[in-house]
Amino acid sequence: MRLSPDQLIFWQHGFFKLNGTIVFTWGLMLVLAVGSKLITRNLSTDLKRSRWQNLLEIIVTGIEKQISDVGLKHPEKYIGFLGTLFLFVALAALCTVIPGYEPPTGSLSTTAALALCVFAAVPLFGIEEQGFLGYLASYMKPTIIMLPFNIISELSRTLALAVRLFGNMMSGAMIIAILLTITPFIFPIVMTLLGLLTGMVQAYIFSILAAVYIAAATRSRKPKPAPAPAI
Amino acid sequence: MDNMTIIAVVSIITAGLTIALGSIGPALGEGRAVSTALTSLAQQPDASATITRTLFVGLAMIESIAIYCFVVSMILIFANPFWNHVIAGAAKVAGK
Repeated sequence: MRLSPDQLIFWQHGFFKLNGTIVFTWGLMLVLAVGSKLITRNLSTDLKRSRWQNLLEIIVTGIEKQISDVGLKHPEKYIGFLGTLFLFVALAALCTVIPGYEPPTGSLSTTAALALCVFAAVPLFGIEEQGFLGYLASYMKPTIIMLPFNIISELSRTLALAVRLFGNMMSGAMIIAILLTITPFIFPIVMTLLGLLTGMVQAYIFSILAAVYIAAATRSRKPKPAPAPAI
Repeated sequence: MDNMTIIAVVSIITAGLTIALGSIGPALGEGRAVSTALTSLAQQPDASATITRTLFVGLAMIESIAIYCFVVSMILIFANPFWNHVIAGAAKVAGK
């Protein structure tokens, strides 16, 4: 009973192993990069455009609207990072319909890597927005007693991001694997549908949480001017 | 009972108890969260996008607790380091 695609070894030479996680991640990267390149080769701005360009525009404007709803003022600065997170995790879950495929996000390595990307991106965006000292000062808000708690919360929410995505993906894959040995036909299909739904929700959650953390780090805390008194 | 039996019995019982007790709290919490969200949706249907999004984020955070318990239970069953250690020791004794 395999816990994650890490144990599925395709090729091994001494220390270097090509396991299922790496191969499926490469496959996803290929699909995303080559697909986007092919679709965006001849972009058109008039009403006659290809269906794939329409699909990409729907996705991009949808993500942009979600990012600005969360409170980030200039979504175009963050959509590269947040959009990629969402598309990678969503495509990883969506491809479960392909037989023989296991989502690479079902391995703690992949989800830990994604969580570390968010962990690194939050201070970078915060420093870009508020300056180095301004960002460090934000750890001491509201009072300096909160400094250790703010640091601990940074670390614990990164860990929570990784384990949440890993747990959801692994449980979906494991339930399907267990059911396949018991009732081979209808029930695993229903559970695959449930796994697809939770995969999409988890992709959305991951990117929205990353957006919320970045919004918290880049929120400028200038005091608002007092409103004029009503006469 | 020797070491192997004790480790096996305790791991199995703990794995079952972990996921059983660990799902109670998150289930109750999620029920309350959804019920409050439905109440606010009924009161302010035009804020439904914000309420729905916040509801999903909140549900994911609550669900994480159940996921942690599930991960511990899976580790106890499938990747149990104590069991592996004891099995390796028994294999070494049998092979000698």
